[in-house]
Parts: sequence; structure tokens; C-alpha cells
Amino acid sequence: METANSLKTLIEVKAGEKAIVKELRGGRGFVARVASLGLVPGAEVEVIRNPQHGPIIIRIKGSYLALGRGEAAKVLVEDSA
Amino acid sequence: MNSHQPLKVEEVPEITVKPRAGEKVLRVALAGQPNVGKSTVFNMLTGLSQHVGNWPGKTVEKKSGRCRYGNYLMHIVDLPGTYSLTANSIEERIARDYIVKERPDVVVAIVNAATLERSLYLVAELLLLPSPVVLGLNMMDVAEQQGYRIDVQILQAKLGIPVVPMVASKNQGVKELLEAVIGLAEGIVPYNPRQPEIKEAHKPILEKLRELMDGLIPEPYPLDWVAIKLLEGDSEVTELVKGWVDKDKWGEISALLKGHEDAILDIAGGRYEWIRKLVRAAVEEPRMGPVSLTERLDRVATHPFWGLVVMALVLGAIFWLTYTIGSPIQSWLEESVIASLANLASSWLSFLGAPAWLNGLMVDGIIGGIGTVLSFFPILAVFFAVFGLLEDVGYLARAAYVMDRFMHWMGLHGKSFLPLFLGFGCNVPAVLGSRIIEEKRARLLTIFLTPFIPCSARMAVLVFLTPVFFGERASLVSWGLILLNLAILALVGKAMNSLLFKGERLPFIMELPLYHYPNFRTIGLEVWHRLSSFLRKAGTVILAVSVVVWALSYWPTGSIEGSFLAKLGVILEPLGRLAGLDSRMVVALLTSFVAKENAVATLGVLYGAGEEALASVLGKAVPPRVGFAFLVMEMLFIPCVATVSAMRQELGSWRWTFLVIGFYLALSFAAGILVYHVFPF
Repeated sequence: METANSLKTLIEVKAGEKAIVKELRGGRGFVARVASLGLVPGAEVEVIRNPQHGPIIIRIKGSYLALGRGEAAKVLVEDSA
Repeated sequence: MNSHQPLKVEEVPEITVKPRAGEKVLRVALAGQPNVGKSTVFNMLTGLSQHVGNWPGKTVEKKSGRCRYGNYLMHIVDLPGTYSLTANSIEERIARDYIVKERPDVVVAIVNAATLERSLYLVAELLLLPSPVVLGLNMMDVAEQQGYRIDVQILQAKLGIPVVPMVASKNQGVKELLEAVIGLAEGIVPYNPRQPEIKEAHKPILEKLRELMDGLIPEPYPLDWVAIKLLEGDSEVTELVKGWVDKDKWGEISALLKGHEDAILDIAGGRYEWIRKLVRAAVEEPRMGPVSLTERLDRVATHPFWGLVVMALVLGAIFWLTYTIGSPIQSWLEESVIASLANLASSWLSFLGAPAWLNGLMVDGIIGGIGTVLSFFPILAVFFAVFGLLEDVGYLARAAYVMDRFMHWMGLHGKSFLPLFLGFGCNVPAVLGSRIIEEKRARLLTIFLTPFIPCSARMAVLVFLTPVFFGERASLVSWGLILLNLAILALVGKAMNSLLFKGERLPFIMELPLYHYPNFRTIGLEVWHRLSSFLRKAGTVILAVSVVVWALSYWPTGSIEGSFLAKLGVILEPLGRLAGLDSRMVVALLTSFVAKENAVATLGVLYGAGEEALASVLGKAVPPRVGFAFLVMEMLFIPCVATVSAMRQELGSWRWTFLVIGFYLALSFAAGILVYHVFPF
């Protein structure tokens, strides 16, 4: 799958910044799981914590989610305007 | 009642309550995502009438209960908390199967008003199913504190279903919820649910799917739901449809589905768009409101460094509270209650002229066994209560988050840390507590590794025996033995992770709930459920094994020295010799299977000395090298019978349980032999 230049993964978003979900990678099970948690294309996420090691924390649709780095790398986002 | 393929409702027979004369029975299912306060609502509705069992054939807990209101008797089933209704987890399948096959009269959907958009997602799925839905808009207080203003009338009008604002933890809105359930069941309350929208691109396909399958879908499955699930790529529904239609039809259906493999995203996106519209109309969102409580607390609680400090303090406090409150009660129970019970029984039996074996069976076997079970109670009760409190306010998810970095190295999950920590008190609640880990692989590995955590009973053995063998260096040796266990835990975990799971990373997706005030009724009921399940499951086994071991230590000669147990020790002695142990130490190890602290008592009997004299007798009879091997083996030996029983319950298989026993037995002997031969002095 080609990725436009402006897309990056959720890991690359710094703590305190917001972004818009554009694409999800990974199997159907993963996609269905994170989609049910609100990570669907068009949704706005705010990265709350992004430490050097270990899971990141995001805020999405008013709730807080911890995502492993592997999972976060499958979420492609674009800077929110 | 629906007659089509009814689910077997319970393994354990449910206490059925007959309706009183003129009373109407309603079947109600409670649905909701995790962290929306669903169990609080359930507890408010059912109180102590709850029945906890497992869903048929599953290790997923099933809670049901009843509620009397006005002229109605409601049977309430608490469905597993799930974010959606896909086929991807057992919990989700159980929830949707129940609604589809059992068709409850009303489904109560609980949502969290403070995370409304997210929690309405499940409602969007529930509305596709046949039972009518009432929306319980819970945690209104948290939403208000966060600055949300929700217009319930508009939400109700837009959804077309009854909406009841609630603060279940303060018992607000519970009565209104029951009124709405009855109103809906009786057809008094209007019910015109709006369906979530499907993207234009998928409407024609969905229409064709419906046409193709019309008349072919057996009861009780709703055609629309099957069509949507098929388009979502739902594995279970796909298999079902394959079985219902002929080959040609399936060919047509799969041709239609081809090229729409990512429809799940569109469908989920469509649901969220629909929700967004509802929320925009009904909710006034905070405009850069005050920094929320959750945000402020998490600045510290999830910080990479301070988060660890907070966690260490919190867990230290749990430990301290548990032992400060629990231990005195424990020793009081052991020394006063159990001991006087034993004395009383003993004197009565001799007064009645009962034979010695009956006296032994009663006092050492039965009362001793009950004593072991009872002595667990205070520690467990305090631990469960503090644990439940931290869980209820939302802190435990943060502890799991900060520990994930360290736990995933061993193939465990951040959440594994919590039950493992419990293990320092007692391995039994640790094994039972592993249920909080959803990923089966991590849960099984956590259960498997739990016995490496030295429990308080093994610590007691260390405290008694290390001074005997090592004098001044006792505490150094004790610490060394504890660290040895933890190091082996880490190494075995790491090895299992790379051998069995090829080091594959475990997905980590976990919600960090908003902090909120605890509800003590919910915590209290949770403590009670955990304790009573321990009593039922572990208690009976401990008692049985205690009686068996007593019998083995009594017959045929009437004393442990010439008993079957001693003979078994003699048979196993050659193996023990490899680690320097004589038959008496082997027997002591064997009896520690009933309870770890038994090791000391058994040594006392076999070396013909009371506990006070035992120290000097053992010190002379046993060289430090042998003593060290014995302690290493005791620390790694088969988990006690209570733990094994809990493992059997949670693993759901005797085969796995025996595998665990075999593993620890082999490891314990291997370590003992190794230590004996490389020990420097």
C-alpha cells in the first residue's frame, strides 16, 4: 500500500499533539478491535504520553487508551489542522 | 420463551425463584462496555440475590440475579463487558449469542455519560439485534464534572429509545430504569429505534445480500444482522451462512463480498458518524474546561519514573495493610478458634470412648484442614478489599501500564503484574486474579509462573530454618533464596516466551478508565464473590487432601514414623539422596504440598523434637549443604494444594494442571541436586 508523504504512525506523534486517524494496518481482528475503541479514519486523537520505551497513551473520543508500540505503529495519522 | 436451540443456561443449577401469585416475569439482559459502571448497576438491581457461575463450557464468569419491582419479577443476566459484538473474543460471542438465541424481553444498555461517543458504539450494535433496548446513561456526575451537558430529551428523541440518566453508585436513576424496562416490555413506552447508517457505497451490496439470503436464514437469526456481519467479515457468521446456503448461493455471496474486505472500517466509521450526529445534537461539550481530575492524577500516575514510585508506594501500602490487619486475625483464628475447637473435639471424643484413629481424623484431618482454609480468610479478605478499591477507582489500570515495559520481556502482559504481586501474600488469589488478563496466552503463562512468587507460608519456613543452618548469615541466605525464585521466574518466563511464542509481542490495548469515587457496595460484593468462590472451590479440595494426607501419615501403625507416608519417603529416598536429603526431609517436602508451613511441623515430628528443640536437633543432624538444598527445593516445590486447586479451576484442565505439577516437581529436584553438588562448603 502506498502511503502519502504527510502520513505518519501514531508513534511519531509527540505527547501533547493531536492528529487525525487516516488508515489502519494489520489483520481484520486488530482493525475491528481498535475500530470499536474509536480509532476509525477521521477520528481525532491526542497523544498524552509517548515514552521512549513501552506503551503510549492516547485520548480518543473522551476516553484514554494505552496502546503497545507495535499497535501504535499500525495506526497511520495526519497532523490535525 | 424462545424454543430454538436454547443455550444451556448454567452448569451449576440456578436457584429458580417462583413468581408470586399475580407476579409477571421479565427476562432482562444487562449489556455495556467495560468501565461504564455496569456491575454497579447490576449490584444495585440484584444485591445478594446474585448467582455467579460460568457460561456453559467457558471460563467466562456469568452473573445472574433477580430483582422484584412492583408486580414484576425480573431475572437479570449480566452479559460480559465488551466494546463491540464481533466474533473476535469469547466474551463478545457470548453476549451476542445470548441476545440472539435467548431473546430477553428487554436489553438494558449501560453507557458512560463521560465517554458517551465511545460507549454508544456498542449500542449501535445492540440496536441491530431483536430485543428492545433501554439506555442507562450512567456516571452523569463524572460527565458533569468534566463539563459535559447532556440533553436527555434530545438524545431520547434522536435514538428513538428510552434514555434514563443515572448515577448508579449513588443509587440515582435505578428506579427510573426499572420503570422504563417495564414500560418497554409492556409496550407503554414508545419504541422507534433509529438504525445506525451504512455508507452509501455499501447499501447496494447489503441489499443484494439480503435478497440472496431471504428465506434461507433459520430462526432465531435476524436477516439484517446476518447481512451486516457478513459484510463485516465476521468469521462466525460467515461459517454459519456457509452451512445454511447451498454451494451456488455461497458462490454468489462470496463474489459479492470480494473486494470489500475492509468494509468493517467503513461500517465502524458509519456507526461513529451516526453517533457523532446524535451527540452533536444532544451534548454540549466542554470548551477547554478545567483540567480534569483524571488528567491531573495521571500526570504523576502514568509518568515513566514517578509512575513507578507511586506504584511502589501503593503496592507497599497494600502489603502493609493486608498484613497489619490480616495477620493478627489469622493468628487469633489459628490459636484461639481452631485450637480450642480441636481441644473440644478431642476431649469429647475421648469422653465418648472413640478410637484413637477417629480422634486423629477429626482433630488433625478435618479440623486441621478447615483451619488451613479458614486461616487464609483474613489475609484474602483484606487483600481483596484493598485491591477491589484500587480497581474500582481506576488506579489498577495505571499500575499495569507502568509495568508493561518490564512484563512484556517475559511474554507477560502489563496486567500480569497485579496477580503476581498478590502472590507474595498467597498464591491462591494470584491464580484467581489472573482472570483480569484477557489474552489467553498471557493469562496461562501468568498462572504457570505464579508459584515462583514466594508466598507468606514459604517465607515463614525460611524464617524458621535459615538460622538453624546458617546462623548469622540467615537473612542473607533468605534474601538470596527469594531473589533466586524471582530470577528463575524471569528466566523461565523469558524461555517460555521465546520457545513457545517465538518472542512474538503480545498486543497491548487497554483502556485507562476515568478516575471516579468508589462504590463500596460493588467492592463489598466483589470481595464476597471472590471469597466464596475460594471457599467452594479451593476449600473443599484442601479439606479432602488434608484428610487423605492425615490418613497416609496415620496408617497402618498409628504414627507417622511407620506410616504409608514414611514408606513413600523411604521409596523416594534414593532420589532425595541425590540432593543429600534423607527420607525424613523428603516426607517433609511431601507434606508441604498440603500447606507450605507444614514442612517445619513434619520435620519436628520425624526428628522427634518439638519446634523449639527442632532447631538444635536439626542444626546438629543436617549439614548446611543439605539444609540449603532442602530450602531451595522447598521454595520451588509443587505449589500447595489450594493453589493447585485454583489452577485447576482457572486452567480448566487436569492435564495442564498435572503438567504444572510435574514441571515444579522436576525443577525442584533438579535445582536441589545441582545446589547440593556445587555448594562450596
